[in-house]
Amino acid sequence: MTNVLVCIKRVPDLGGEISLTADGRSVDDSGLGHTISAHEEAAVELAITVAKDTGGEATVLTLGSDDAVEQLRNALALGCTAAIRIDADASAQGPADVARAIADVVREREAGGTTYDLVLLGSDASDTGDFQVGIRLAYALDRPVVTAVSTVSVQDGTVVARGAAPDGGSEVYELPMPAVVTVMEGGVEPRYPSIPGRMKAKKVAIEEAAPGFGAAGSGRLRLRLPEPAPSQVTILGEGPQAAAAVVDLFEKLGVTR
Amino acid sequence: MATVPTSARVVVIGAGIVGNSLVHHLAKLGWTDIVQIDKGALPNPGGSTGHASNFIFPVDHSREITDLTLDSVKQYQEMGVFTQSGGIEVARTEERMEELRRRMSSAKAWGIESRMVTPAEVQELVPFLEPDQIVGGFYTPSVGVVDSLRAGTIMRERAMASGALTVVPTVEVTGLDVEEGAIRRVRTTGGDIEADTVVIACGVWSPKLAAMAGAHIPLTPAVHQMISVGPCPQLAEKEGEISFPIVRDMDTFCYERQHGADMEVGSYAHRPILHDAEEIPSIEAAKLSPTEMPFTSDDFDPQLEQAFELMPDLLGAEGAEIRYAINGLLSLTPDGAPILGETPEVKGLWSAAAVWIKEGPGVGRAVAEWMTDGLPEIDLSHSDIARFYPHQRTRKHIRERTSEAFNKTYGIVHPGEQYLSDRPQRLAPMYESQKALGAEFFEAAGWERPFWYESNQVLLEEYGDRVLPREHEWDSRWWSPIINAEHLAMRDRAGIVDLSAFAIFDVVGPGALDTVQRVCVAQCDVAVGRVVYTPVLDERGGFRSDLTVMRLAHDRFRVVTGGAHGMVDRKWFADRVPADGSAQVVDLTSAYTTIGLWGPRARDILGELTRDDISHQGFGFGTCRDIETDSMQVLASRISYVGELGWELHVPIEQGNKLWSMLHEAGSSYGAVPVGIGVYGTTGRIEKGYRAFGFELDSERTIVEAGMQRPKVKAADFVGREAYLKQRVEDPKTMLCTLTVEDHTSKSGMKRYMLGGEPILSASGGELLDDHGHRPYVTTAGSAPSLGKHVLLAYLPPQEARLGNELTVSYMEELYPVTVGSADATSLFDPSNERIRA
Repeated sequence: MTNVLVCIKRVPDLGGEISLTADGRSVDDSGLGHTISAHEEAAVELAITVAKDTGGEATVLTLGSDDAVEQLRNALALGCTAAIRIDADASAQGPADVARAIADVVREREAGGTTYDLVLLGSDASDTGDFQVGIRLAYALDRPVVTAVSTVSVQDGTVVARGAAPDGGSEVYELPMPAVVTVMEGGVEPRYPSIPGRMKAKKVAIEEAAPGFGAAGSGRLRLRLPEPAPSQVTILGEGPQAAAAVVDLFEKLGVTR
Repeated sequence: MATVPTSARVVVIGAGIVGNSLVHHLAKLGWTDIVQIDKGALPNPGGSTGHASNFIFPVDHSREITDLTLDSVKQYQEMGVFTQSGGIEVARTEERMEELRRRMSSAKAWGIESRMVTPAEVQELVPFLEPDQIVGGFYTPSVGVVDSLRAGTIMRERAMASGALTVVPTVEVTGLDVEEGAIRRVRTTGGDIEADTVVIACGVWSPKLAAMAGAHIPLTPAVHQMISVGPCPQLAEKEGEISFPIVRDMDTFCYERQHGADMEVGSYAHRPILHDAEEIPSIEAAKLSPTEMPFTSDDFDPQLEQAFELMPDLLGAEGAEIRYAINGLLSLTPDGAPILGETPEVKGLWSAAAVWIKEGPGVGRAVAEWMTDGLPEIDLSHSDIARFYPHQRTRKHIRERTSEAFNKTYGIVHPGEQYLSDRPQRLAPMYESQKALGAEFFEAAGWERPFWYESNQVLLEEYGDRVLPREHEWDSRWWSPIINAEHLAMRDRAGIVDLSAFAIFDVVGPGALDTVQRVCVAQCDVAVGRVVYTPVLDERGGFRSDLTVMRLAHDRFRVVTGGAHGMVDRKWFADRVPADGSAQVVDLTSAYTTIGLWGPRARDILGELTRDDISHQGFGFGTCRDIETDSMQVLASRISYVGELGWELHVPIEQGNKLWSMLHEAGSSYGAVPVGIGVYGTTGRIEKGYRAFGFELDSERTIVEAGMQRPKVKAADFVGREAYLKQRVEDPKTMLCTLTVEDHTSKSGMKRYMLGGEPILSASGGELLDDHGHRPYVTTAGSAPSLGKHVLLAYLPPQEARLGNELTVSYMEELYPVTVGSADATSLFDPSNERIRA
């Protein structure tokens, strides 16, 4: 029975073109929806699967304002069974602040009798890309950590994490629990919510926590948009003659088999 | 890929269902050199067409919308993109069942096969629907789904194949140049196009485009939420896109529509979520398409539960997930109707906007016809862009009205139902006094108009059962027996009617006579001081309006017409003044107020206020002139829409309250009462068999069919003359009749009163068909208190238009006997018009 804690962050759901706020300090999200990063979607999927496979529970946690409840409910709709919101302005927190705040919650819960055997995070958030929270959290909790893996399972009380190796092969890690693992997308296909799941999620009470310290912030001064990548158009052909090339491309992309 | 041409005969902006259909029909009608542009890529440029649910329920309470839908279905079928699925509107409450019975009336009136079904029958059609949740349903077998993107491609390709059309996608409009009030040029990111006809068919973006030319297309982008749930095993095992009827869960304002292995659930139940055209994301910035906005799940959660109640096994099936969820944008207008036609602000700039998939191809055809010769086959008067008054084009008004109406999309809307938001707007000068009299205000063209006065409650005692009280709540909603009491008091003594909502404009100048002669059917070359009631026709001889014209001077004619249609009438005249500027149309609506004084004591009352000769000899019927009333100069016009002796009294608006008060003071000793529009617009009018534009009269009706032909036709040429002369010698295909209801008793024993829109059937309940192929329906229903009857107006097949002919009317799925009381314009009350000429 593995209790999993999965940590997520509310981020703008971006289209192809990104614009910044006037002060250049964040992405302009007016008119945009909000979501969680693709890596975190994979982490949520793995958390739910591990919990289900081991008869444990998956708890979802976020640090953010009241708006972030939307993302917690979405995770609940997928199969998480409890949710915690650390009430803080996410944009004012640096990765060290976030790690510390999560660590406080984990320790506090542990003191209350609830141990999170496995803490899953995305390897980074799509809006800040710091790649730090998972490692800092493990350090703060004095737990082993592996980063940027694609799949996670628990076998006989041991965490088995798989990721891609630089040479194109794969790496497999085994970690004793409790452990921290950060996840990259690609290893699992995140599920969508079901209607009964969504209805259940509505009824779950969101637990609230408050950070017990002042945030140091990220030290970020401002963001800069890169030059847009030159768009490349390949014309596969015209009329019926193009059909074969289109089929090839679809097969290559995995759209058709 | 095509580049932007430097000039075009017509530029159509937008490649959604409307633009695509429009270019096709323009090409078909012989237009060449058509250029169609869109900022998006084809075939789905990112507008509302691309995410539409694409289903079509043909039955609507509006004839205009139903006709456009039926025409669209025909076109979709011809293109091979229509799949019939059937559709059921289900009721969870008895109140909704009554509404579904009312929909049966509309189905019968428009000739669409539908039937009421029991919960068990619904379950037979839709096995995964929980029958315990519903009371019954309204089943229309001809409901279906279309592929609107494919249809758009087919229509574009047809127009291109004929050589008439150049299509340039991914080109955005940056400006619309107007010179001397007319459109001249479309500026685009791909270069400028010179054109003197431009159509905005840009859906939710249309207001932004219109603003570039200084025009208004008063719609707002609004969210319609939709999710798609699947794969559902019950659906996945079936071949094709759709194999079960579409369900509209009317009481929860939701629908469930199969799409392959998925079930789409759409909602009109959530809070109104409005956007501005300017804030819709660009194609590049949008996650999906610009009109597929981020889903706000909190808004949808209540609907999830309701949908789940109705289809638990399907929507809760193992593996069925919410795979797609959007806040889809669609266009809403302040009165719910499309926005079609040439903009009143800019010559040559047209709008074809606020159109649903179910009306798209029909609208394309109708607007193309309108652009070609001014004569759309389907009457579009409720959709005419010219209908809006300035206040109705403001952002605030649009947002308030659409917010109010959004949840009525599947609502039970009473035919008399009034909007409540953004009121009051236009106030008559005697508004405060009317309020003190307990006026029940209805709105017309933004004006607050008393429909009846609570102060006349005392008359109910006087008239007892003669006020024809109505027992049923629905029949008496937005109605009061006081209306009928006011009517009787007016017939017995006198009534004072506020007519401030009239639209008034003068046609002035040396060319004025020619202009009114050319526009009006009746002889307007009359002596100064004559009042002329006249139909206004289009070239085909269909009604464009009916109104009165006062000749005030050799070169000045005052046109008085109904407020609702006033702006359209003004444009109709303004479009027909001579190009040399020898006549002008001057709007005086806000300069004059009109008060009607009618009834047998009208002369006595007016006589108290004036020393001028108002005797029958001195002031004959059909004449007008200035009289002195106290220290006011009043333009008095001796005509009547209620069939009584009396006058319309026109004064400067700032003296309106004074005249109103003086009439009441003078009238009190004669028993005069304030009388509302309930009498003026319905009871007084229909007792006299007077027709009303928008009810009995529209562009699909002729003078002869309406029974309004006079013995002679003036020699001077006028619009529609040729057609009218032909109509006069042909047998009419349908004839407007007045019918009386002979027995109101329903099966339950309660007496029921029709409100309009009901089908007229044979004595045994059989279907009737006129020579146009139309089924007769009630155009106006109302009390005729002086006759003690409930009266219906309807166009009947000529062979049925016989005095004394016994037929039936179907109301809430029960038949009531009716008798033809008049087969022409002869009135049931005072047929020889003695009262008017007293």
